[in-house]
Amino acid sequence: MLAAQEVSKRYGSVVALDEVSIAVDAGGCLALVGESGAGKSTLLRCFNRLEDPDAGRILVGGADAREVDPIALRRRTGYVAQEGGLLPHWSVARNAALVPWLQGDPASAERAAEALALVGLEPERFGRRRPSELSGGQRQRVALARALAARPNVVLLDEPFGALDAITRGELREAFAELRARVAFTCVLVTHDLPEAIALATRIAVLRNGRVEQDATSFELLAHPATDYVTKLLVRAGVR
Amino acid sequence: MRGEPRRWWPHLLGLLLSAGPPVCLQAQVVVASKPFGESYLLGEMFAQVLESRGIAVERRLGLGATEIAFAALRSGAIDVYPEYTGTGLVAILRDSTRVGAAQAFDRVSREFTRRWGLRWLPPLGFENTYAIAVRRETAARYGLATLSDLARAAPQLAAGLTPDFIGRSDGLPGLAKAYGIRFRAVRSLVPAVKYQALAAGEVDVIDGYSTDGFIARYDLVVLADDRRFFPPYQAAALAGARLARESPAAILALTELSGRVDEATMRGLNRRIEVDGEPAAAVAANALRELGVLGPAAGEQARRDRPGGQGGRADVPELLQLTLRHLVLVSVSLTLAVLVAMPGALLLERLPRGAEGVIRAVGVVQTIPGLALLAFMLPILGIGTVPAVAALFLYSLYPIVRNTYTGVRDADPYAVSAALAAGMTPRQVLRYVRLPLAAPVIMAGIRTAAVINVGTATLAALIGAGGLGDPIVAGLALADTRMVLSGAIPAALLALAVDTLLGACERAVRPDL
Repeated sequence: MLAAQEVSKRYGSVVALDEVSIAVDAGGCLALVGESGAGKSTLLRCFNRLEDPDAGRILVGGADAREVDPIALRRRTGYVAQEGGLLPHWSVARNAALVPWLQGDPASAERAAEALALVGLEPERFGRRRPSELSGGQRQRVALARALAARPNVVLLDEPFGALDAITRGELREAFAELRARVAFTCVLVTHDLPEAIALATRIAVLRNGRVEQDATSFELLAHPATDYVTKLLVRAGVR
Repeated sequence: MRGEPRRWWPHLLGLLLSAGPPVCLQAQVVVASKPFGESYLLGEMFAQVLESRGIAVERRLGLGATEIAFAALRSGAIDVYPEYTGTGLVAILRDSTRVGAAQAFDRVSREFTRRWGLRWLPPLGFENTYAIAVRRETAARYGLATLSDLARAAPQLAAGLTPDFIGRSDGLPGLAKAYGIRFRAVRSLVPAVKYQALAAGEVDVIDGYSTDGFIARYDLVVLADDRRFFPPYQAAALAGARLARESPAAILALTELSGRVDEATMRGLNRRIEVDGEPAAAVAANALRELGVLGPAAGEQARRDRPGGQGGRADVPELLQLTLRHLVLVSVSLTLAVLVAMPGALLLERLPRGAEGVIRAVGVVQTIPGLALLAFMLPILGIGTVPAVAALFLYSLYPIVRNTYTGVRDADPYAVSAALAAGMTPRQVLRYVRLPLAAPVIMAGIRTAAVINVGTATLAALIGAGGLGDPIVAGLALADTRMVLSGAIPAALLALAVDTLLGACERAVRPDL
C-alpha cells in the first residue's frame, strides 16, 4: 500500500534520510521508532508530500507520489500531529468536518459526527465547543476524528499521544487499538516509545541517523534484535 | 489670476473631498501667509485689499514655514504671501554678504525674478528683524545692551529659541559665529510660548521679532546688533509668476500698501492681535480703513472661510466643518493605507527573503518629521488636500504592514501546519486560518495607525489642507491658548472616537477562541 524505495533527504549538510526503504501492506500498521532526529517524522511526511525526497521513490497505492497532486493526496490521507493542530477559532464539529468539507462532501457534518462518535466523543455534547474548552486527551481525540472523517485508506500519525500524560496516553492507545479493530485503514505511526509501537503496530522499523536499523514484525524484533542499538533500545524500554 | 486650473486632478480630488472649504475652479488669487501673527495679519490685509477691488480671493493662511510657503509660491499653488527681504536673501538665496536695506531689496528682487519669475512688490515700509530679547532685570544684572555684551554673559544664560531660528544660517549658527555666543543651554520653543517662558524665568534669552507686540507688553530689553549681523528684514508682498504676469490689477492693488505701514503702526497692530486677542480679520480691516486703502464698508465683506485665517476662535458650526474635514483627511488616507498595506504585507509574507528589509524601509518613513515630509512632496503635489492625504497615507502604512505581516506569519503554527497537512491550499490556509487568527493583531495595527493619523492630520493645516489643525496653528501663531484648545480638544476626542469605533470593528472580526 505504502512504500519508500531508497529514499534520501537532506537539509543543507544534515542528512535526514539516507537511502531508506520500507513497505507497509494494506491494512497494516507500521511504527517508525527512533530517537529525535532519526528521520522518522521526515519519512512520515513524505507519504502525503509535506516533504519530497531528494532521491528515491515514494509509492502510494502503487503510484509514484511525485505524480500525484499533493493537495488531493493530503485530502485522502489522514494525518494526526503531536500538537493536534486543531483550528482554535473553529468548533469541534467544524474541525472534525474539515477534510470532507475540503473534498466538497455535502454530508461533511454527518461524517464529522460519525468520526467523533468513533473516537468516543458524543457529537451533541462536544460538537459546539471550542478546542480551548477541551482537555488535552479530548483534543487529540478530535484530531484523530478529523483524520478519520473522510474515511481515508491511509492514516499518518506523528507522535499522536506524545504530549499527553501517562494515564491519558494509555486511554488513547486503547481507544486507538479498538478503532483499528473496527475501521480498516493502513497506518504509519511515528513514536519514540517502543512499548507503544509494540502494542499498536504490526511491523516496526527502527531508524537511526536517517538509516533503517531493523525492519521487522514486533515478534521478530523482540526475539531477534538485529543490532546492538536495537537491543539497547529494547533493554532501555524494559521489554528485554 | 488663474485662467484655468494648473493641475486638474488635485482639484478633482479636492472636490470629491470637499467636506471642508470649497475648492473653487474659478479664477481666484490664492493669498497665503506663514504661521505667525504678523504674517497672518499681512496676509489678511492683502486679501482684503484685493477683495475691495472686486478680485476673488482664496485664503491659505498659516502655511508651514518659509520653505513650505516659498515652495508653494514657486510651484504656483499660491499667488502671494508676505515675506522679508533678509529671509529671502539668507534663507532662500543663501547669500550672507552684509548689505544695506536698499541693496538687500535690489538683490532679492533681481534674483527672484531671474531665477523663478517671482516678483517682490515695493516694501510695505517697516523692518521686522530678529530681536534678541532679555528680561529687564537680566539686562541690569549682567549689564546687557548689545549682542557683544550677551556673548560675555551667555555661558550663564539659557536661551529659548524658535526651531526655525535654531536651524537657519541667519539664526543661531550665524549669530554664534559672528559674536562667539555660547549659551548654557538652548531650548527649542514655538513662538506661542517663548514670551511666557521668558517672563516666567524658564529661559533668559529669546529670539523675537522687532515688531512683536509682546516686547512692550513684557517690558523686555532688545539687545542691539552692534556688529550688524542680521540682514535687513523689510516686509513686502512676494508675488508668484502667474499673478505678476497675468493680473496687473491685483499687483496694482497690493502695491497700494507699499510704503504705507511703518514700524510703529505694525507693532500696534501686532499688539492688538497677539496681546489683546482681537481677530486678525477685524484688525486688518480697521488698519486698511485708517490707511484709506479700503472703503468704509469693505472690511465687513471680508469673507470668513477659515477661522484660523481670520484670527478668530472657531464657533460650533465651523468646528463641525473642521472636524468633518479632519475626518475626511483621516478616513481617506487610512482607507488607502489599509488597501495598500494589507495586500502588500500578504505579498511580503510570501517572499522568502527581503520582507523584513521592505518593512523596515516603510518604517523609516515614520521617522521623517511631518513638516519635512510635506516639504519633500511640495514640488510634486503642491499644497492642500492631496499632499496632506499622501503624507497621512505614508504615515499610516507602517503599523498596518508590520502588524499584518507579523500576525499572518506568526499565526498559530500548529494550526497552520495541520491545515496544510489536511489538504488546504495555501490560499485556503490564508483565508480560513492565518487571516482570522491574525485579525486582532491586524486590527491593532489599524487602530494604532488611525490614532497617529488623527494626531498627525493637525499638521495638514500647515499646507493649507484645513481640518482641526487650523485653529491649532493659528492659535499657536497668535499665542491664543483658547484657540489652540478649540482645535486640540476636538482632535483628541476624535482620536478617541475613531479608536472606539475601530475597537468595535475589532470585536466583530476577532475569532472566537
